[in-house]
Amino acid sequence: MSAEPHNTLYGVIGEFDSAHALMAAARKIREAGYKCFDAFAPFPIPGLSEACGLHYGLKGWRHNFVPQLALLGGIGGGLTGFFLQYWVNVIAYPMNIAGRPLNSWPAFIPVTFELTVLGASTFAVFGMLALNKLPQPHCPLFTVERFKRASDDGFFVCIEATDAKFNLSDATKFLESIGAKFVTEVRDED
Amino acid sequence: MSERDINSPEISRLPRVIEPGHSYATVTDKISSIVLTRPVSFGWLAGFSISFAIVMVLLGSIAWLIIKGVGIWGINIPIGWGFAIVNFVWWIGIGHAGTLISAILFLLNQQWRTSINRFAEAMTLFAVACAAVFPGIHVGRPWMAFYMFPYPSTMGVWPQFRSPLIWDVFAVSTYGTVSALFWFVGLIPDLATLRDRATNKPAQIIYGMLAMGWRGSARHWHRYQSAYLLLAGLATPLVLSVHSVISFDFSVGIVPGWHTTIFPPYFVAGAIYSGFAMVLTIAIPLRKAYGLEDFITMRHLENMARVMLATGLIVAYGYFMEFFLARYSGNKFDMYLVDQRLHGPYSGYYFALILCNIITPQLLWFQKVRANVAALFVMSLVINLGMWLERFVIVVISLTRDFVPGAWGRYQATFWDYSTFIGTMGLFVSLLFLFVRGLPAISIAEMRELVAHKSEEHE
Repeated sequence: MSAEPHNTLYGVIGEFDSAHALMAAARKIREAGYKCFDAFAPFPIPGLSEACGLHYGLKGWRHNFVPQLALLGGIGGGLTGFFLQYWVNVIAYPMNIAGRPLNSWPAFIPVTFELTVLGASTFAVFGMLALNKLPQPHCPLFTVERFKRASDDGFFVCIEATDAKFNLSDATKFLESIGAKFVTEVRDED
Repeated sequence: MSERDINSPEISRLPRVIEPGHSYATVTDKISSIVLTRPVSFGWLAGFSISFAIVMVLLGSIAWLIIKGVGIWGINIPIGWGFAIVNFVWWIGIGHAGTLISAILFLLNQQWRTSINRFAEAMTLFAVACAAVFPGIHVGRPWMAFYMFPYPSTMGVWPQFRSPLIWDVFAVSTYGTVSALFWFVGLIPDLATLRDRATNKPAQIIYGMLAMGWRGSARHWHRYQSAYLLLAGLATPLVLSVHSVISFDFSVGIVPGWHTTIFPPYFVAGAIYSGFAMVLTIAIPLRKAYGLEDFITMRHLENMARVMLATGLIVAYGYFMEFFLARYSGNKFDMYLVDQRLHGPYSGYYFALILCNIITPQLLWFQKVRANVAALFVMSLVINLGMWLERFVIVVISLTRDFVPGAWGRYQATFWDYSTFIGTMGLFVSLLFLFVRGLPAISIAEMRELVAHKSEEHE
């Protein structure tokens, strides 16, 4: 983003009628050579992120990383669960109960399992939020009144000003040429 | 023709999962208007006031318990568990249907889960909250309940990790946390819808903060779907583990009637059985009160009835195996316990349990019964009662008929036992009342997906 604090240009937004039109538009925008753009839909559309270029090695799009994070959390949780019990029973507070081994590992499995699930779930959720850069209270797109319909029945694309190829009049014309309605520029108000 | 094709001949004779004529906008409007624009009705106010008054009964009972101690309950040696554990297991079991609907049916690609998963998950959370009350106050000194968690205390003492009671602490707290995460992740897109549609400032601010800036970006959805799928995959073994661990509380002990290997699967089936009954108990008045018959259709009610019938049969098998294995084992204590179930002082509870859980649900074989909303509602209440009786029979009959006649006893619940139990019902119902008015009771984003799916099929 530029250093200019007031009225920074964020991008150009256009609206489409349906999920199909949005998919087609995302493909056309990518084929036209834009890289920094995003599509917005009120429900997940299968293949939309791929149409936007997820598998094409664009910055920040190549990997989803959520499953990897969940795996990491699961392994971490499981190890914590097991070695917490191991440490407590063998090192910190060893106690001979009816001659059972201090490291009674079969009895430690339920807690190990629960903490594995807990670790994987919390990493999946908070990892997803962090990778999506949420919570993000303000986004310039929220200044566009029509964009409210992105959570109802509106399908939008936004070509961002950070794109190397970006030019306000070209991008506006391009969006109109591929059938976008209500094409408007998005400015960050403060 | 794929198995997801709702118009295939074998499926099309069933009622629809969503009535025709709905678009994205009508779905959004119909569900969000319950929260945003609908005035507070007299029925809601009356219902909430009554249930909130019952919450006061709960708080009063807990206060009296803290003042006097657990002696105000009917528990005494040999019946140390009594209502507290009966209610705990009953509430946790109810919660299981919510996770089953949201996770297992999601993994199995069952479209009909869509309109019932949100409030079923809410039901899970509230049921877990009610369940968690009991072990907390049952320990005798509730202000010491944190002793159950492993923390570096100055005494250097740690919990006994070889005990199923500690496994329980981990299982239930993990279950509560993961259910809350699952529910909240599902809510994020709908909170964004409420933020965008709210017209007054406080609602915009509150829903805006909760939605965390969600805007339906394709890359956000991509990661969101991954996380949701992972949570479903993680919640599935979790939900099976939770009631298994609760059954270990019993089956790891050597008490007659508890020490059997059938317990984990039969507890899980019983949990799902009672949970689906509770989902029906909630869904039937909810769809009526808020005109949601288009979304929660007869298809949903019938499918839930089928799940109840199937899990009910598994539970019936469990009862039979308990009975059979006790006789087959030749163990005189186990055989005597079976005899006590049939002829002992609590045989009335046992026969009521068989009537509620095995005999009555057989009516669900008939399509006419499954299609009759009133019959299903009554049936769901009967099954809820039956599942409570099951836990009562397990806890009380076994504990009153131990190995040595000198250790036998009787159990009589007191006023405070009942007031605490009824109080948690008040807590459950008032949380549900608040939920219905404060958050969308049906997942709007998933309903839009369903509409999109349906319109694709028509093309």
